Amino acid sequence: MRRRDGNPARTAWLVVAGLVVFMLALAGCGGGSDDTTGGSSSEELQKVGKGEGEVSLISWAGYVEPEWSKPFEQKTGCKVNNKEAGTSDEMVELMKTGQYDGVSASGNASARLVAADLVAPVNVDLVPNYETVFADLKDQPYNTFDGVNYGIPHGRGANLLMWNSNGVKPAPKSWAVTMDPKEAAKYKGKISQYDDPMSIAEAAVYLKTHEPDLGIENPYALDEEQFNAAVKLLEEQQPYVGEYWSEAAKQISGFANEDNVVGTTWQYQYFALKEEGAPVAASPASQGFLPEEGATGWSDTWMLAKDAKHPNCMYEWMNWIIEPKVNAEVAEYFGEAPAQELACKETANKNFCAEYHAEEPEFWERVYYWETPLADCGTGDGECMDYNDWVKAWTTIKG
Amino acid sequence: MASEAAAERRSVGHKLADLFHGRERLQVGALLAGPVGWLVIGYLGSLALLLVAAFWSVDPLSGLTEKSFTLENFEALWNEPVYKDIAWRTVRTALLVTITDAVIAFPIAFYMAKIASRRGKALLVIGILLPLWSSYLVKVYAWRTLLSANGAINWALEPIGLHGPGYGTTAVWLVFSYLWLPYMILPIYAGLERIPNSLISASEDLGASPFTTFRRVILPLAFPAVVAGSIFTFSLTLGDYITPRLVSNEQFLGNVIFSNISNNQPFAAALALVPVVVMIAYLLVARRLGAFEHV
Repeated sequence: MRRRDGNPARTAWLVVAGLVVFMLALAGCGGGSDDTTGGSSSEELQKVGKGEGEVSLISWAGYVEPEWSKPFEQKTGCKVNNKEAGTSDEMVELMKTGQYDGVSASGNASARLVAADLVAPVNVDLVPNYETVFADLKDQPYNTFDGVNYGIPHGRGANLLMWNSNGVKPAPKSWAVTMDPKEAAKYKGKISQYDDPMSIAEAAVYLKTHEPDLGIENPYALDEEQFNAAVKLLEEQQPYVGEYWSEAAKQISGFANEDNVVGTTWQYQYFALKEEGAPVAASPASQGFLPEEGATGWSDTWMLAKDAKHPNCMYEWMNWIIEPKVNAEVAEYFGEAPAQELACKETANKNFCAEYHAEEPEFWERVYYWETPLADCGTGDGECMDYNDWVKAWTTIKG
Repeated sequence: MASEAAAERRSVGHKLADLFHGRERLQVGALLAGPVGWLVIGYLGSLALLLVAAFWSVDPLSGLTEKSFTLENFEALWNEPVYKDIAWRTVRTALLVTITDAVIAFPIAFYMAKIASRRGKALLVIGILLPLWSSYLVKVYAWRTLLSANGAINWALEPIGLHGPGYGTTAVWLVFSYLWLPYMILPIYAGLERIPNSLISASEDLGASPFTTFRRVILPLAFPAVVAGSIFTFSLTLGDYITPRLVSNEQFLGNVIFSNISNNQPFAAALALVPVVVMIAYLLVARRLGAFEHV
């Protein structure tokens, strides 16, 4: 009957409670002292010195492959340690660890990295190949902040509309096939949507054309009314979505098994499925590869970590990756338009740059590169919905 | 010199031995300092940090944590109906999976413990442990393929005019029940093994029907084991976010925590407290039911 007198249990609870209080006190003390970081952004490097022997990168899958990282190691003596990340959020998260020298950031990560003081300005004069980067990739809002360059453009692409050519007829010309509830209902349970708050921008691109009254200019700078309209559209789409995909492998298996027949994709999945012999199609060249509304897309930037342990090697890498031959290799491997003008002469497929519209600025005007949604979107302060709102709304949309 | 140093060292050892000699509390204290320190700092410490972080907020632009007290995370949790839906969906699934596993596991465990031959028992144990040898991800992806529209389940059901569940709620329930079944069978098996056969014989001798024997003798004795197993199935379901992502579109608590963790850690921390609270409540109920009494 000792069990019933309750004393040992009470003691145990007291001990646990005491420990928790102790830890809370510790955590509270720690809280005040370590938020002094930030403020002083490190000075730009003035001269690229001798390599430090290695470089640690965070990249999208397919950006750092032995075909061009091995020759880099031989040439510079910088051993490449690469960590692939699946999403922009993951990249920001990894950069916070401070263990990396650089990252291939998309526009929905770059502003956050700069604001969080995780990356340093890049002195483009130290990157000789920068000179021949396409002009419309230089000094863009996702790689240049307050007139200071924060990185080297890597390449760009659009998010495609992909469909199963047996299951979806006639071939869709517009995002309406997934965004207009009446059209989407035809493919109930078979729509594949990118599982990321950036999908809200996709809805905004659709609304920009189809509901001009909303006055959407930039699909990443949405005021409350525009934002709510885009969210509502996606909420209406939700019952018809077969799958929200976040890993490329998941979408590939979804289309290969014909669980999904239409949705947003990246070139990577599209070409992987083509190679498998799956009956998939995307907007043809006659439409400029894009649905009529245009599309969201990405333009990636190699950024330098603020406290990089190997800044010289990182500068070497940033120059290497836009070396004409290397940039051509990466672009063809990944399926994106190169950032380097001279790369178009180096591609194995001589038509590559034409196919990807690398040299046509007017094509890229229809592509809305991912940006970080900010509250202050230029028209006054706090007018737009910020990225936190986007993330929360995305949770609500999926229900 | 060397021998002097050795003597010195020996004498330190002796001093230590003298220090501990006859002091029971000190002995126990020294023995437990490591593990308890780990428990407090590594385990409770991280929980405490989680608790504290939940009251912080995040700067919307930089994503940096602002370490000042606010209740806004909990307000958002409470005011947005979507989080209640998700929490309830998670708990409901965890309960359903637990019940399913208990119902399936009990007969298997009973057969293993009381009926099977030595060999049969060994084979069954291997059979149950076998799935644990392969990676969790491989198993979930296998189910993803099985449940696909063109997958094996639909292929097998087609001749009799039926359809598989496809991806969704049912798929999640099915996959979770499959994944955690061994964690339910093993504790029940261990619990049943400890019931002496003589008790069952005695019950029969005293005229109880098999059903009464089960209800009045076996079940009460094995119940703590079932509750112990249910702690595994319940908590594992509560924390998982990969299965729902691969075989459904539904968001579980883990998914929302995951999608918030990189840009709003304080909110993710507040969300992470939900399963902690649910689990504490569950453990309190389990204790009421006597899960920890015969351990």
